[in-house]
Amino acid sequence: MTSTRPSSPHGHAPLDTSAIMRCVLLATIPGLVALTWNFGWGSLINVLLASALAVAIEAAIIAARKRPIIFYLRDNSALVTACLLGLALPPLAPWWLVAIGTVFAIAIAKHLYGGLGFNPFNPAMVGYVVLLISFPVQMTAWITPRDLLPEGVDLPGLWQSLQIVFPLLGTPELSDGFTGATPLDVFKQQSGLLVAQIYQQEPLFNRAEITSYGWEWVNLGFLAGGAWLVYRKIFTWHAPLAMLAALAIMAALFYDGGSSTSGGSPLLHLLSGATMLGAFFIVTDPVTSAVSRRGRLIYGAGVGILVYIIRVWGSYPDAVAFAVLLMNFAAPLIDNYTLPRTYGHDRPRKATEKKQ
Amino acid sequence: MRKIWDIPGGIHPPENKTQSLQTAVAVPPMPEQLVLPLIQHAGTAARPVVDAGDQVLKGQLLAEPGGAVSAAIHAPTSGLISAIEDRPVPHPSGMSARCIILIPDGRDQWCARRGLDDYRGASPTALLDRIRDAGIAGLGGAGFPSAVKLGPPQPIDTLIINGAECEPYITADDSLMQERAAEIIEGTMILAHILDNPGTVLIGIEDNKPRAFEALRDAVAQSPTAQGIIEVVEFPAKYPSGGEKQLIQILTGNEVASGRLPADLGIVCQNVGTAYAVYRAIRHGEPLISRITTVTGKACAHNGNYEVLLGTPIRHLLAHSGFDRDSCGRLVMGGPMMGFALLDSDAPVTKATNCILAGGRDEFPPAPPAQACIRCGLCAEACPASLLPQQLFWYAQAGNLERLEAHDLFDCIECGACAYVCPSHIPLVQYYRAAKGEIRQQVGEKAKADHARQRFEFHQARLARAEAERTAKREARRLATAAAQHRVATAGDSQAAGPGLATGAAGDLLKAAMARTAARQASPEQQRAKLERALEAASDRARSAQARLAAAEAEGADGEQLDKLRARAEEARLKQQDAEHKLQAFAHPPQPPADAAESP
Repeated sequence: MTSTRPSSPHGHAPLDTSAIMRCVLLATIPGLVALTWNFGWGSLINVLLASALAVAIEAAIIAARKRPIIFYLRDNSALVTACLLGLALPPLAPWWLVAIGTVFAIAIAKHLYGGLGFNPFNPAMVGYVVLLISFPVQMTAWITPRDLLPEGVDLPGLWQSLQIVFPLLGTPELSDGFTGATPLDVFKQQSGLLVAQIYQQEPLFNRAEITSYGWEWVNLGFLAGGAWLVYRKIFTWHAPLAMLAALAIMAALFYDGGSSTSGGSPLLHLLSGATMLGAFFIVTDPVTSAVSRRGRLIYGAGVGILVYIIRVWGSYPDAVAFAVLLMNFAAPLIDNYTLPRTYGHDRPRKATEKKQ
Repeated sequence: MRKIWDIPGGIHPPENKTQSLQTAVAVPPMPEQLVLPLIQHAGTAARPVVDAGDQVLKGQLLAEPGGAVSAAIHAPTSGLISAIEDRPVPHPSGMSARCIILIPDGRDQWCARRGLDDYRGASPTALLDRIRDAGIAGLGGAGFPSAVKLGPPQPIDTLIINGAECEPYITADDSLMQERAAEIIEGTMILAHILDNPGTVLIGIEDNKPRAFEALRDAVAQSPTAQGIIEVVEFPAKYPSGGEKQLIQILTGNEVASGRLPADLGIVCQNVGTAYAVYRAIRHGEPLISRITTVTGKACAHNGNYEVLLGTPIRHLLAHSGFDRDSCGRLVMGGPMMGFALLDSDAPVTKATNCILAGGRDEFPPAPPAQACIRCGLCAEACPASLLPQQLFWYAQAGNLERLEAHDLFDCIECGACAYVCPSHIPLVQYYRAAKGEIRQQVGEKAKADHARQRFEFHQARLARAEAERTAKREARRLATAAAQHRVATAGDSQAAGPGLATGAAGDLLKAAMARTAARQASPEQQRAKLERALEAASDRARSAQARLAAAEAEGADGEQLDKLRARAEEARLKQQDAEHKLQAFAHPPQPPADAAESP
């Protein structure tokens, strides 16, 4: 018999925090495969490099905070942050870009705020935004999907990719011209053209199966992983669906019949850029989002609307990171006013209510 | 078919009910002694009506209800009252409490019983009295005295008999329903009669007890009186459907308003075990002296249900079930979700003991250390009251009692669903219990402080009144003196012939005043005694101020408070010194210089 006084309940469900994080990691695989298929080894290198760095930084900080290292590392949360940052960064980004992003994400955005569970901002998105503001050139250099490369140009192989990421390994022998614009870049830059004209000119669109070549499969991959997480009840559908719905509605409202001022079709917005990664892996970050179902609907919708506003009228082609950080600010406020109705009460209460 | 409502949240923990349902309800051998706590129910303790050394018969009253919300206690068998003393009782704190100790004589001889063949001839009040006299308290686990619950001031239109038994492992109600369905139905009819025949009488059972459901349905069909009145309802198994509020929601779609009772909705809820006990009490005149308790868990070789005499030491039941202490990871009274860990298997089975769970080490391993809350929200999805457990946890940690109340902490039923699903293994319920305690304590302290403030204000008002009265008297005296002087003066003027008389009158006044002063001027002994008293009082005050300061320092009070106490102690010390000086000065008046005295 144990000598301590255990408190009820005496049983426990099998799912624990490490397992949740592991599920999230597994769910990124379809998206990662699609990224690697279309854009080469870069994303995989990003993810692995960021993961190794994140674990090292996390261990160092936990040691500095004088906490048991293995116990805290085992929650896998640093791996999730690193994985999401690696997926969001452009493939074949230089190693120092990944390193700076990871340091900011883990050391500053996570541990300076108190570690897992206490960070008000999504660490991966903090790392991403720091990089986007500081190194815009490297951060906007994306790769042309494999099948759209010009004749005679190939995606770098694994060794060449490693050489690009780590210049110390030597200078790769490469054919030039494998970088290119993303669908959202194209839309941002081609002002003055009708949607139909852009689609006609750009192979990214006219060779696409649905809306944007390569990117659509990356997004569908993340959608599949996210759907699996919803099925596994790792999170509820509220925040992702609200974000996607809000984004689609905004796109439909401002589609403007495909005119030259059109922001692009709802489908384009849903299946380009970081939409699905954001919807199922960033917006669903429980630590930094709202807590109640109603709160998560509002939070997700806020992200969706902001994503559209920044994509179409802002100066950055994609906007998930900014939108998420802005809504991170709003989450505690949303929480105060979206309490569910408790059993036995006529109406929901407000968190700020004072006792009579 | 009756419409069934769903409850929000809820969980499906492994049921683990089959192992204790393999055999019929058995009767364990008579223990060597029975330990009957005076509190086996919610409310005040019962008052013993027997003394140590008394011989009692089975069913004889041992203790009468100690108040309006209390329950009587009867002898579970015949024997000798050996003592009334403190013994370990089943309680989460592992505390001891007053118990009547009964040594069975083995004859198991009943006292006179008076059963009622036809309860319908009796008035509800008479039946309620019998239930009260039988000491029946809710057998579902809460132990609320049944007679109180069955006599609400509100009209009742729905009677719900709770056969949900949603906690894993427990099968006490299940086996009772399977084996004694007809008695439960009869008991339910008695309850309905007491409540003036409510229009709806339901027995709610989870759908994981098909045999119990069938047994009850058949019993209703075979009963000429219950047919068409009692409806046996099956609903999907989900913990905590057996919570009173949840069962009401499942069966009626209504919610009991926060802080109110089911009776406010016109509903009374009773456990199937209670219905059975009511049947025994009314029909056979038997008080509540035994109950069905599940003994289960991997640390017991034989799992099953027993009809246990109240007061049977748990150790005795366990020994009879092949209990292996070494393989026991956790000994729990009640179910794994809401039961509490027992420190001591000497504690007895009481009216509320539905299960003794002796879990194996692998069954209930010690909880791993809690990880950080990641606000994943699994707890909120599991909460049957639609609370936000993660926010409650956050505010409980921060000690933000106001926010806790705004988040409806007091609507938490402590079912444990949140802690069960918490992936970070945070003992959430424990946090909520502590926070509730803190809030209750704060409310109590506030009431005390309010009372003290009122007393202080009243005291101040009284002082002010007394002062005002004194001022008024002084003023009256001054006026009187002035009038007298005026009289003397006028008399002197008018009676120039008798100045002696006039001075005589004024002199009298003066003399009287001097006499008064002299009377007030105490003798030296009195003065000395007064000074000594003052010194003693001052020393006392200084000592107690010092003691308070030391206590505060030991407790680690905050700086501001310590400064105040220090200042007070210093002040008291100075006053004491002052008093000492005064006394010394009185005892040894300053001597004139010696040379001056010697000079001629």
